[in-house]
Amino acid sequence: MSSATSLPSAAGGASSGISRVLGWLAVLALLAGLLAGFGYAPREDTQGNVQRIMYLHVPSVLTAYLAFGLVLVGSAGYLLTRRPGWDRLAASAAEIGVVFTAITIVSGSIWGRPTWGVWWTWDARLTATAVLLLVYVGYLLLRAMVDEPEARARYAAVVGVVGAANIPIVHFSVYWWRALHQPAAMLAPGRAPMPDWMKMVVLVNWVAFTLLFAYFLARRLEIARLEESA
Amino acid sequence: MAYARRAFIVLWKDLLTERRSKESLNALLFFTLLLLFIFQFALGPDQDRLRAAVPGLFWLGLVLAGLLALGRTFVAERDNDCWEGLRLTPGDKSAIYLGKLGGNFVVMSVVEVLLLALFGLFYDVDLVPALPRLSVVLLLGTTGLAAMGTLFGAMTAPVRARELLFPLLLLPALVPLLLATVSATEAVLAGQPLGEVRHWLQLLGAADVAYVAIGIMTFDFILDV
Repeated sequence: MSSATSLPSAAGGASSGISRVLGWLAVLALLAGLLAGFGYAPREDTQGNVQRIMYLHVPSVLTAYLAFGLVLVGSAGYLLTRRPGWDRLAASAAEIGVVFTAITIVSGSIWGRPTWGVWWTWDARLTATAVLLLVYVGYLLLRAMVDEPEARARYAAVVGVVGAANIPIVHFSVYWWRALHQPAAMLAPGRAPMPDWMKMVVLVNWVAFTLLFAYFLARRLEIARLEESA
Repeated sequence: MAYARRAFIVLWKDLLTERRSKESLNALLFFTLLLLFIFQFALGPDQDRLRAAVPGLFWLGLVLAGLLALGRTFVAERDNDCWEGLRLTPGDKSAIYLGKLGGNFVVMSVVEVLLLALFGLFYDVDLVPALPRLSVVLLLGTTGLAAMGTLFGAMTAPVRARELLFPLLLLPALVPLLLATVSATEAVLAGQPLGEVRHWLQLLGAADVAYVAIGIMTFDFILDV
């Protein structure tokens, strides 16, 4: 019993050192991102201050893609090796990915209201992102509903692979669906090329979000490890 | 060859059970009839409005019937430990998946034929001239629906809250299939040739191949043999 309790705490001690460093790096990078987004970046001419939402929106969606990529890696890894570590990676990445996808959709919605005049529109990209969210919420619900850890890992890995394989099909179907129904005239703004300073600010925030993601992932993996050894 | 034979035996067993018990089919036929009435009540008596909604309603009805039927695919096997017998069959286990998929395809096709007849009757849609083109769309759409439904049905069968979990997994996965089939059905019913919806048919074909391939590859992990 004593060895069982000392083992996870020792492992947790070593990895929480890494996650602490990641956490502070993320805090610094997020501060830099805030300064860049509100201080360095000038007020955009046509959209005004609302455009600054982009510095949250674009990094969130890129982070979500990274997370769902890791879900696929973890799922495939588990199916090939049956090592629980891969399953923990997929589960942790999926939770964080869902959070960042939700941030993407909510921030886009807040941007869309003053810009397009509506909170939601069935634009191709919006619809595809919403479907992405639904797929991975389904993944998390499956994990919550299967009690037996080994079966949960197997089923979740299959759903992780199926969900990822479906993404390109969803993507094409949604784009064709929109293209055939009505022209995307309302959604024309945003096609303009980005000035260099804007790209800079997006980049700084993207790095910050990736660090934040790495910190969340490291923490979530620690929790998953502790849960399993409990 | 033995692989195809094993798949066919599973298919035949399922159809035979269904023919003798008529458990799913009778309920499904009544269910689709009910759906037609519900749709009618939701949209009102305006014939033009109903006719315009037919492609969407048809696939919605089919998906709802699929949620009932496909989710039960493996539940019957659980009841009397038939599951163990299936798992003990020698050779590649994905043959079971293909057999179940085939059985589901047949059941869904029967539902489709009936649903089409009911739509033609109640909503006054002339389906006959569009029938050959429509059957191509139906064939491709049903394959994908059955492929995904059979896979998730196998996965959710041992889960406590399977009636809840099955639609939560299946519906998001079916989004591309629904967009493609509804758009293609709409075009076909409007009298357009299949060439006009070639891109949708290609998408459906690609999705079918991907879904069936994934089902065959991952079925072993769901059975865990």
